[in-house]
Amino acid sequence: MLESVLVANRGEIARRVIRTARRMGIRAVAVYSDADAELPFVREADEAVRIGPAQPALSYLDAAAIVDAARGSRAAAVHPGYGFLAENADFARQVIEAGLTWVGPDPDAIEQMGDKIRARNLMEQAGVPVSPGSREPVADVAAAVAEADRIGYPVMVKAAAGGGGIGMGAASDEAGLRAAFETARSRAERFFGSPEILLERFVERARHVEVQILGLADGRVLALGERDCSVQRRHQKVAEETPSPGVSAGLRERMLAAAVQAGEAVGYRGAGTVECLVDTDTGSFVFLEMNTRLQVEHPVTELVTGIDLVEQQFLVAAGEPPSFDPASVTTSGHALELRVYAEDPVRFLPGPGTITEWEEPAGEGVRVDSGYQAGNTVTPFYDPLLAKLCVHGADRDQALGRARDAVAAFRVTGPKTNLLFHADLLASPDFTSGSYDTSLVSKLRPT
Amino acid sequence: MAEVRAEMVANVWKVVAAEGDHVDDGDTLVILESMKMEIPVLAEGPGVVTKMYVAEGDVIQEGDLIASIG
Repeated sequence: MLESVLVANRGEIARRVIRTARRMGIRAVAVYSDADAELPFVREADEAVRIGPAQPALSYLDAAAIVDAARGSRAAAVHPGYGFLAENADFARQVIEAGLTWVGPDPDAIEQMGDKIRARNLMEQAGVPVSPGSREPVADVAAAVAEADRIGYPVMVKAAAGGGGIGMGAASDEAGLRAAFETARSRAERFFGSPEILLERFVERARHVEVQILGLADGRVLALGERDCSVQRRHQKVAEETPSPGVSAGLRERMLAAAVQAGEAVGYRGAGTVECLVDTDTGSFVFLEMNTRLQVEHPVTELVTGIDLVEQQFLVAAGEPPSFDPASVTTSGHALELRVYAEDPVRFLPGPGTITEWEEPAGEGVRVDSGYQAGNTVTPFYDPLLAKLCVHGADRDQALGRARDAVAAFRVTGPKTNLLFHADLLASPDFTSGSYDTSLVSKLRPT
Repeated sequence: MAEVRAEMVANVWKVVAAEGDHVDDGDTLVILESMKMEIPVLAEGPGVVTKMYVAEGDVIQEGDLIASIG
């Protein structure tokens, strides 16, 4: 087993990874920027190394500083969490070249999946359904117009190297496409360092459903159920649940099989996620992208399977078998995750600030993965995720009830939070009926 | 004279308008960035930018002056 691990991340996910590492007897090393020196993850690690100032480019995105910190703290491995350098193949290679264990898939798999166009092409060859879309980067507006005519409107315009919904835009005609293309390209250059753009047919009434996969050390790829991530604002997830209320047993079986094929096609090792769009009108699905890392919403899968996914990541990285019997994975009940963001609950605009009161809900079936406590300051430098409020129940109704109680009991004073949005979500018939799609949030919060 | 102030703690990503520029209602003055989101700050009426108080890279607090429009 690994002797030690450096966690190259911050906030709730650093804390989450440190918790499992310590439980397994793995020495956990945190890295932090000046803005985060007071956060719980720094104190809860066995050792913490300052890596730079608040700006992400000078700290959590500084690969050399992180590798230096790993050497200096004699860490044996690096766990990247999600975001930042987690899907940066060059960083993974630097870690491996420094003689450290990379807790993630092979850098080649990261690279293949990081380019959405290559990923689509590879999935199509592997027999995984993809939507009509670009097989090569769209060079300019004229090419985009021609491509959209071939694919058929409406189309979604995306950065090939993108993620997090940044720069994505739908267009239903040529004028909209021209605007969406320019936005996508400027964001793509700025956020992802690559101007490459692709177009895909836009599915108007769709659910966003993803499959958790786990590539074992012996090469087998398992599918550990799906998560419904259709509750989104600005193309970013706000709430997730498993099982998906919009996926039938037959569709689930086909999606899980396709996700295993996707993982096998790139020789996937460790925890990963295959994201799909489910067309609610036809009940069919297409591959969207693969996230080659631990997913933010992994706790809902853990709650229904009883499997600690971070533990499996460490075991796979160490070349060991998983802690459970792959032949007898069962799921029980229903789980929800509500992302508590530092933003106002109406317009979803950022609201950083100093936390004067922080009281987490507790109780049967309630799990809170948080990054902060009273006295901490939420700064504008990083994403707005304060905590993930997760609940588990014997069925969806019980989970919803527990979620309502937990939202009402969660007290945060100081920064703005979206807890009132979650209360509205849990009271909305569109959500509680289960028959919602990705347009749900815009219905609840018409602009 | 209209004063434009920050609605939240943010970093100044781009200063779009310059002192002396004529702006119309809805024109972008600066683009802030907070928590990985770009937030354009718009002119709320026509006028001339008499003073720009922020520069790219500044961190500003809620209520801080961004620009004056006369």
